[in-house]
This record gives sequence, structure tokens and C-alpha cells, in this order.
Amino acid sequence: MILVILSSFVIAFAAPRLVRMTGDKSGYILALLPAAHFIYLLTYAGEVSGGTAVAQQIDWVPYLAISFSFWGDGLSLSFGLLISGIGALVIIYAGAYMKGERYLPRMYLYLFLFMGSMQGIVFADNIVTLFIFWELTSITSYLIIGYDHKDESARSAALQALLVTGGGGLALMAGLILLGAAAESYELSEIIQRGDLIREHPYYLAIVVLVLLGCFTKSAQFPFHFWLPNAMAAPTPASAYLHSSTMVKAGLYLMARLSPALGETLIWQYALVGAGAATMLVAGYLALQQSTLKPLLAYTTVSALGIITFCIGMGTPAAMKAAMVFLFVHALYKAALFMVAGGIDHEAGEKDTERLGGLAKAMPVTAGAAILAGLSMAGIPPLLGFMGKELIYEAAIHGTLAVSMAWVAVLVAANAVNTYAALAVVYKPFWGARVQSPKTPHDGPGGLWLGPLILGIFALIFGLAPQLLGQSLADPAATAMLGRPVEAAWYLWHGFNLALLLSAVTLAFGAALYLFRKPLRRAGAILQPAAAAGPEAGFNAALSAMLATARFQTRILQNGYLRLYLMVVFVFILAFPGRELLTKGAMAWPTTVLWPQIYEFALALLIVVSTIVVITAQSRLAAVAALGALGYSVAVIFVLFGAPDLAMTQFIIETLLVIILLLVLHHLPKFRDYSGPVARGRDIVISVLSGVFMTMLVIAALEEQGHDPVSHYYSGNAVVEAHGRNVVNVILVDFRALDTLGEITVLAIAALGAVSLLKLQTSEGDAP
Amino acid sequence: VNSLIVQAWSMLLKPLMLVFSIFLLVRGHHEPGGGFVGGMVAAAAFTLSALAYNVASAKQTLHVSPVSLAALGLIVAASSGFVAVLTGEAYMTGVWATVWLPLVGEVDLGSVLLFDVGIYLVVAGITLMIVFALMESQEEYGN
Repeated sequence: MILVILSSFVIAFAAPRLVRMTGDKSGYILALLPAAHFIYLLTYAGEVSGGTAVAQQIDWVPYLAISFSFWGDGLSLSFGLLISGIGALVIIYAGAYMKGERYLPRMYLYLFLFMGSMQGIVFADNIVTLFIFWELTSITSYLIIGYDHKDESARSAALQALLVTGGGGLALMAGLILLGAAAESYELSEIIQRGDLIREHPYYLAIVVLVLLGCFTKSAQFPFHFWLPNAMAAPTPASAYLHSSTMVKAGLYLMARLSPALGETLIWQYALVGAGAATMLVAGYLALQQSTLKPLLAYTTVSALGIITFCIGMGTPAAMKAAMVFLFVHALYKAALFMVAGGIDHEAGEKDTERLGGLAKAMPVTAGAAILAGLSMAGIPPLLGFMGKELIYEAAIHGTLAVSMAWVAVLVAANAVNTYAALAVVYKPFWGARVQSPKTPHDGPGGLWLGPLILGIFALIFGLAPQLLGQSLADPAATAMLGRPVEAAWYLWHGFNLALLLSAVTLAFGAALYLFRKPLRRAGAILQPAAAAGPEAGFNAALSAMLATARFQTRILQNGYLRLYLMVVFVFILAFPGRELLTKGAMAWPTTVLWPQIYEFALALLIVVSTIVVITAQSRLAAVAALGALGYSVAVIFVLFGAPDLAMTQFIIETLLVIILLLVLHHLPKFRDYSGPVARGRDIVISVLSGVFMTMLVIAALEEQGHDPVSHYYSGNAVVEAHGRNVVNVILVDFRALDTLGEITVLAIAALGAVSLLKLQTSEGDAP
Repeated sequence: VNSLIVQAWSMLLKPLMLVFSIFLLVRGHHEPGGGFVGGMVAAAAFTLSALAYNVASAKQTLHVSPVSLAALGLIVAASSGFVAVLTGEAYMTGVWATVWLPLVGEVDLGSVLLFDVGIYLVVAGITLMIVFALMESQEEYGN
């Protein structure tokens, strides 16, 4: 499993080069990696469906109980197979769909990074490791949605997705830490066995709220659903992968994973069932209002996520089974239909279903793939989708504490919208009257239809032989979600029962929705103002309020006047450490005074004189020269008092500083007095007080004999532990090397910023 | 500036300063010196040649852009810490080995020297980034 994750990251960075080497065939070649992952993970299937979990571990920060530990049980393996299997098909598809695009190599980089992160989430055992991969998927998703970086709307959609899922991520982090504290373990494999301990812990409520915030934002549950349709700004291959079948399922994965630890309480059930139902209804309404391919599919994705959340919330063995099967159903048909939608757009040049029709003759293979996926989406036997729907109904009919028969109506409505969407996305473009499209339609290259066709065939095979999926993956996964074994026979046909009746009602209802879609859309438009004032408007208002606050406080705190910054720093030093020095009686007078040498007097005099020259100079050049003299004098002090390193550095810095100051002279405004007599008086008081304070502080520090200075440790151990006699350097590069690394990083960033500002200024004349 | 005297001196001084900067870098572990001051001296060498001729020629003698220099330095410094990870120690622990080098004899070589090389490159890189950018705007201003 570590191998799967690592190889994705390695290939990610090699991908751009590979694309350049292999050209048009790059999709097929790169797809070999996820295909290999798929086969590799399949080899674990036998072991895992037997009930054993596979574990691998690398210690990372052992004293914080953080380790790179991974394990795979039925649940992880199900997700892992979806991620690698659909991943392989999407990579092939991307190669065909984005052929010749300039930034295709970059897209592959993002997709593989995402793939590795996603595998990391589902196989992580340690929750800190899980969280890191969780955040990585948010970041890669940001890059992917903003792929078309010159498009303003793509950028803002990317930012919105990042802020919503990232904000949820913060809540999740807090939730996971509390969970770790409550369970007294950071390993998922242990946490899920301590459900009773966690449920009775005082943190329980906080854990549920925080973890669910993370899951709901990631899996686009109401009221956080709005980022997902906007994320359709991403290129279609990425939408098919991230925003239909994988990333948005990360939230579902975590809810399913933590079910044994957090579930089986009313709070958990009501939260999940409530959010799932609300999501289904809102997404159903929004889907009805849509006629464009990708947004329509996006809203049905939101609705499907709601259905799965609902099932996980019910928490019965039947519901867990239904959730897992529907997860497969949805991943298979949704990825396929996104790829079909991209194929239609690519070959016919039209995205609006109302302006498409009769494409089946011109695009027979694509139509074949679409019909398989569409039948599964609509839930018609013998496709897997039929079984998924039946299982959901059966689970809901038997219900739980939180779910009564009334909820079944919501499920029927949500599934009817799916049927409607299947008709709108598959039937409308491919059959019926031929509608003229901007391009002459024909089947695209193999890469465009191979993926959807394979996924459609899988939906058919799993429908005909449900035990294939059921016994090897769905049962072990449901076992993991329940924390106890489930056993059930798997068959497509459940006989004539209430669930079948509901299924028939769903189909009729869905067909009616499709037939009357136009009047319904007009009627639904009445709700438009309410929808416009929804959560997205709230998000936008919060965002602009935050930006306004940032601008306000920047104007006050970052006003750009160096003299004000310095004043703030000095006043605060005087107000706090200065007061401490006065009140704590730490003031001291040197007990032993060595009479200074004559050259020390001379040096002090030089410093004082050059300071006076600096502040009274009438030209800037004179001030700069005097400043240089001041710096050199200070460097000489370092030489005299045994700090040659410091002196050397000071000399070279002073030299470069004078050169730089001379270079920027012409950038500066006219040299004159900017402050009036009052400001001057104030500045004199502050600077004199600061000088006095520093002097007193140094004297007090010298007189302080309470502690053994830390320098003794450094000088005592420099040669022994760090093989160096120059203590200063040993501290910099060995004892405190991590600090130094941080400092040089900050230096490099600051320099980049400074240079960018300079370049911006010099090219301002010809900037737009 | 374009003075023949400065140009002649810079021809002489620049290689000396570069050698001196490396000397400072290498001796830093035992005697005063180190990556920081070494990097500054190296930057000063190229600043001198930029002052004597112009920025374009100084950039040319540098061969790589100052930004890449700084980036390389960060990579070197950050990755030097992994030497210890490979031997099972915590990140950034100093790892030392005594190596026999031709002409020099036995030398104590450590991963921290690599870290110091990183600092050297970063400091030289960012100083030159800023100095070159300023001098370029100065040259434009002069024209």
C-alpha cells in the first residue's frame, strides 16, 4: 500500500517529462501505473475478504504517536480499487480529450498527485497521516479546478472549493485530535474498536460535530453543496475523476470508517440522515433546473452523495450494504457519463441537452457506452444500479430509530431525479429527433469512449453476477462499517415486494419529470430568489466581509511608514520589558568596572560622532557614508571583544549595504525633513528611552548570575558532538540547523518578493 | 562606472574573492567563517564585476540565474538533513565520516558541511537577486 501511494507521487513528477517523450500515446502509457495498482490491490482481495486486514508501518514522529502507518480492510480496498481503476481510465481519457493542450503535462502531474493523496486517505491507519492526505486532496483539487488559470470564473471556483473544503479540514483536524485523545490512540484500527469508550467520553459531541463538518464540506453535503457544481470549471477528465467518483467520496469514506467508533447514537443518525435528505432534496431541485450536461451531472452527484450519507446514517447492516453497493453503482455510471458528456462536447461541440438529439447514429460506440451507464443510473435491471436502488429501499423500509417510512418518500424523489437525469443526459442527446450541432458528430478516438464503455460493462457484469462484487468487496466493507460481520446472499432479483413497487414508482415518477421538464423548470424558477439567497450567497458575503476586515486592519497595521513601524516596536519594548525591568527591581549597577582602554574611548567617540552626522546630514549621500562608518565602528567592537564571525559578517554586510543604498538613491523621494517639531520631540524621547533601556538591560543581564548560561552547553559539546571548534558556526549549522533552514527559506522568499516588486516598478510604464 | 582601473582590478579581485569565499565556507566549522559570510563574499565578487562592467556581463559570468542559485541552495540545505534519516537518526542530525582525499589527506566530512554549502548558495543567490535587480533599474534610469 505504501508502494501504491509512493509510486503515484514519484510518477506525478516524472509525468510531464514522460508526456513530452511519448507524445500522443502518453495517456495509455501513464495509465499503466494505476492499472498496475489496480491489479496489485486485487491480489489483496482474497486475504481481505477473508476478514484479515493488511498493515504496513513506518515510524515518523514516534514520541507524538504519529506514524506513517497504513492498513487495508474491505472498506479501504473497495475505495482503493475504485481510485486506481477509474484512475487508469481517466488518465487514458485525459490523453485523448486534452490532446495537444499546452498544459496537459501539468494536468497529469496534478492527477497523479491527487491519486496518491486519495490512496493515502483510504489506506491510512494513523489519523494524522490521514489528515495530511486529506488536505493534499484539497490542494490538488484547487490546482485542478483552477487549471484554466486565465479564466476568472475557474480561479474563483477553485478558491471557493479550497476555502470550503479547507475550512472543513480545519474542523476535521480538531475533531481528529479530540478523537485521538478520547480513544487514547491515533490508529484507526484501534479507534474503531473503542466505540463504547468514545461514545461515553465528554468530547463525544464535539468530535461528532467537528468530524462531520470536515466530511460534509468534502462530500458537498447541504449546506456546503455549492462548491461542487462550480468545480465543474475543471477540465472534464478531472471532473469525471475528482468531483464524481473519488475526492467527494473521501467524506463518505471517513463517515463509513468512523461509523463503528462514532455511530449508533441518535445524534449521529439524525445528523447524517438529516443532512443526506436535505442534500437530496436541494440537489434534486437544482438538477431539475439544469439542462447543461456537466452541471446536471454535478447536481445529481450531490444528490447521490446525499443518498449514501443517508444510508451510512441509518447504520443497519442492510443500510451499510446498500451504501457500499450504491457507492460502486454511482462511481461506475457517473465517471462514465462525465466522460460521455465530454465526448459529446468534444465531437459535437454542444453542451446543452436541449440542443442535442439523435447522435446515436453518428456516435454508435459512445452511445453504447452511454446507454449502459444511463440504464444503471436510472436503476433498470439487469444493471447494478437496479440492485443498488432496491437495497436502499429495503434498508429504508426496515428503518432505524431515526428513519421512519416518511423518509422513504425523500429517497424515491431523489432516485426519480436520477432517472430523469439519466433520460436527459443519455436519451435526449443520442435518440429522438436529430438536432443540428455545431460540429459534425462522429465517434472520437478510442481514448474518448474506452473508459465509459469499460465502466458500463462492469455495471452490467456486476448486475448479472452480484456476488462478484458483493462477497469480495461489499460484505467486507460493510463489516468494517459495522464493526461486526455481516452475512447475506447476493442476488439481483429480490422478488415481488414493496421495494420493487417503489422501484416502479420511481421509474414512472422519473419519466414524468423528464416529460414535463420544461413546465417544471418554469415553475421551479419561482424558487430562484430563494436559491439565490442560499448558502452560496452567505459564503460570498462572509468572504467579502473577511476581505474588508483584512483591508481595514492592513491600512492601520501595515501602513507602509517605516518610522511608524519602528515607533510601534520601540514603544512596545519600553511598555512591557521596560516596565518589567523597572518594577521587578532588576535594575543593577555594574559591580566590577574595568576602566576602558584609550582606543575603546576613541571607538565610542567615533560611533557617537557618526550617529550625529547621520541624523543631521543635509544630503542623503553624506548620511549613507556616515551610516557606513557607524557600521564599521560597530564591527571593530566585535573584533575587540572576541566575535570575529560577527565582525566579518558585519564588515561585508556594511559594504554591500552602502552599495545597495547608493543604488536605490534615485528611487527615493527628495531628501528633506518630514517631521515637524512635535514629532521630532516625540522621536527624541522614544529613542533616548530605548537607548537607556537597552543599556540597563545589558547591565542587568551581565549581573544576573542565577542560571548556568546555555553557551556553556554549546561550547562544551561543539567538538564532542558536532566535530567543530567554531561554536558560532556549529550552533548555526548543527545544533539549531532547523532554525537556520527556516531562516534561509524566509530570506529567499523575502528576496523573491523584493525583486518582484522592483521588477513591477521598473516595468510599470508599459504594464496594462 | 566604466573605468579601466576598476575593470582591471575587478578582473584580478573577482577570482581571488571567489576562492576566498570558498575558503571561508570550508574553514567555517573550526575557525571564523561559514556559509553565510562566504556567500556574502561571493555575492560581493559578482557585484564588483557588475559595477565595473554592467549587470548583463556579470550575469553571463555567473552562468546560472541568481534565483536558481538560491533555489538550489534551499534544496541542498533541506536535503542535507536527510543524510541522517537514511542512517536512522532524526532529521538534521549531523553525520560525520572520515574520508581520505587525494592531495589533502584524511578529512572529517559531515552532512553539516553540505548544509553550509546550501546556506552559501542561498545567501549568494538572494543577495545577487536584489543587487542585480537594483542595478538594472539603475541602468535603465541612467539611460
